[in-house]
Amino acid sequence: MKKLAFLTIVALFSLNSFSQSEGQLHGSFQLDAQYYANDSLIGAVVPKELTGINSYANFNYTKGAFKAGIRYETYLPPLNGFDSRYRGQGIPYMYASYVADGLEVTVGNFYEQFGTGLILRSYEEKNLGYDNAFNGISVRYAVTSGIMVKALMGSQRSFWDNKGNVKGVDGEFSLNQLVPCLKESKTSIILGSSFVSKYQVDNSSLYYLPENVGASAYRLQINRGKVAVSGEYAIKINDPSSDNGFIYKNGEALVFNASFSQKGLGVLLTAKRIDNMSFRADRSALISDLNINYVPDITRVHTYSLASMYPYATQLKGEAGLRGEINYTFKKESLLGGKYGTFLSINYTRMANISKEAVNDTIKIGEPGTLGYTASSGNYFSELFSDDLFYQDLNFELTKKISKKFKGVFTYINHQYNNDIIHGANSVETQGIIKSNIIIADITYKHKPRTAYRLELQHLATEDDYGNWAAAVLEISIPQWFFTLINLYNYGNVNEDQKLHYPKFAVGYNRGANTFTIAYGRQKAGVVCVGGVCRAVPASSGLSLSIVSSF
Amino acid sequence: MKNLILFTTVLFITFSSFSQEEKKVKLPSVNLKSLDGTVVNSEDIATEGKVVIINFWATWCKPCIKELIAIGEVYEDWQEEVDFVQYAISIDDANSSSRVAPFVNSKGWECKILLDENSEFKRAMNVVNVPHTFVLDKEGNIVWQHAGYATGDEESLLEVIKKVNNGEDPSAH
Repeated sequence: MKKLAFLTIVALFSLNSFSQSEGQLHGSFQLDAQYYANDSLIGAVVPKELTGINSYANFNYTKGAFKAGIRYETYLPPLNGFDSRYRGQGIPYMYASYVADGLEVTVGNFYEQFGTGLILRSYEEKNLGYDNAFNGISVRYAVTSGIMVKALMGSQRSFWDNKGNVKGVDGEFSLNQLVPCLKESKTSIILGSSFVSKYQVDNSSLYYLPENVGASAYRLQINRGKVAVSGEYAIKINDPSSDNGFIYKNGEALVFNASFSQKGLGVLLTAKRIDNMSFRADRSALISDLNINYVPDITRVHTYSLASMYPYATQLKGEAGLRGEINYTFKKESLLGGKYGTFLSINYTRMANISKEAVNDTIKIGEPGTLGYTASSGNYFSELFSDDLFYQDLNFELTKKISKKFKGVFTYINHQYNNDIIHGANSVETQGIIKSNIIIADITYKHKPRTAYRLELQHLATEDDYGNWAAAVLEISIPQWFFTLINLYNYGNVNEDQKLHYPKFAVGYNRGANTFTIAYGRQKAGVVCVGGVCRAVPASSGLSLSIVSSF
Repeated sequence: MKNLILFTTVLFITFSSFSQEEKKVKLPSVNLKSLDGTVVNSEDIATEGKVVIINFWATWCKPCIKELIAIGEVYEDWQEEVDFVQYAISIDDANSSSRVAPFVNSKGWECKILLDENSEFKRAMNVVNVPHTFVLDKEGNIVWQHAGYATGDEESLLEVIKKVNNGEDPSAH
């Protein structure tokens, strides 16, 4: 496979000089390195090499309808918290593709998403060390305006290997472009459907396992003026795996969105229910390895350091969720708007377990080799508001320009976080639900047109886990430079010797498409999550360097 | 085998540095989605016949939103000086892409919004992190880019689009 892709690239490069349009080569480079220092107070982990380096270099070549590219990756060794199986260097990603009359063919490595991703999504998230790119062939064809068909087959990336055998097809239809009488309609309707199948040989002596597992999904999006409704439903046949404890129940997923918006006001409602939807190219894979599908996380992503202390992780085995959000701008010169207007965002998310019932009196819930349990989507509302809570977040965010020079963002968050489920009860001391209240003030003072000071004050109050935290961030930005001083203080820790400060100083330089950052300080142990997929970050202390560049 | 590939790559970089004389950098062709779900090709952005600002952003990215607010506040003043179009490309994925329309409408921004749900356009444009800003000239060539946002960066962006509007090189001082 690699040789093929390589040959194609070379063949095309040599054709380069004969054809008419000019070729272009562009790319990007990212390097994150850290020198780890001993810091026994925070339990810092120092690797044998004393350093960790992750780096990625992308090269993309385009010439007319032809594209090709590679990514070179280095982990010598991986930064603390990244899977140690990444250790090494090489070219895990290369592709060649062309487009002709609406047909796009890609060979080699590629990313793809069907619908919202409920049955298929490959993507990369370098901050998580997540990359489940396909290695195979992808075809996309715009049959006519309003019909897009995609098909793919391939294996998936697992660190430096490619595993599994996945095939999929997806079709999307824009009715307004296809049905003559809808052409002028104010209502736009888009329908889509997909089917994905994976193959893995049954080599189990314990169970009779399905070798081909299929999943299908159906979606709809309707827009009319200020109102938008969209949803996707997916079903997967029995797929006993390490992740679901080798039960034979079908998987089901539903995500539904409704929104109303006009200038100054936006309202969104999302409902979601997931039941046994872990879908992997290898039935023994766990955590974030070899996922074929992706279940969207509807919780709000918080980026302030204390607000992101307890982030949600998607529960593929089963979860019921609800999100409600209101965004409103109080107009200028109104009572709450003041001189410049005020923006208010209220967001509520609740995630809870689905209710499972035993199949019969003799089989206990989740018993391997059986159907496992029964569950009905009809129980959605009772599940959602049951005591079996995973996560709840109610937050208010007020953005206000106070004067020509002062701007502020003020946030209040009320969190409930089920540590046993999300964090895994075995690995941590704290049991049950962690309740916390967080307040944040983020104030920017624009001293000169291009010089600004920013002060962030944060407080997290909780009687659980490690107790109260306070944090302050001071950032100064002048043209091309920024200086940041951060301190997190765990003043509420019940252990006197664990009432620690986590200071950090960072300097950044930015010019054009290049950014350099150097930081020195302490990093507390925590969890980094992007879209419900999480990575544990161990405590560390030391010097870090980051380079990001595009050309 | 792997060394060979690297070698080819290096060769190519060398070659391409010779062929860059004209510096006509076009937008790659990638399918994006409008807020109502219709497929829009990225190349259509280049056919506006005006100076174009492209902002890569996401609803969860604080500096991105600060940048869009800052441009939103001066949008009409800028329009008096330069005839430009602004595209805000959201890289929100299925987690938050449904938040984009209600969020943008409630902010009342004037820019055109497109969704890049699986970061395909982001990857094709070699964007590593958001925010990342590009400027296209009237012929649709990429003539300027900038990574990150710090308060006041919009002032230099205005200088850039003024120069580009007059057909000058934006990187010249």
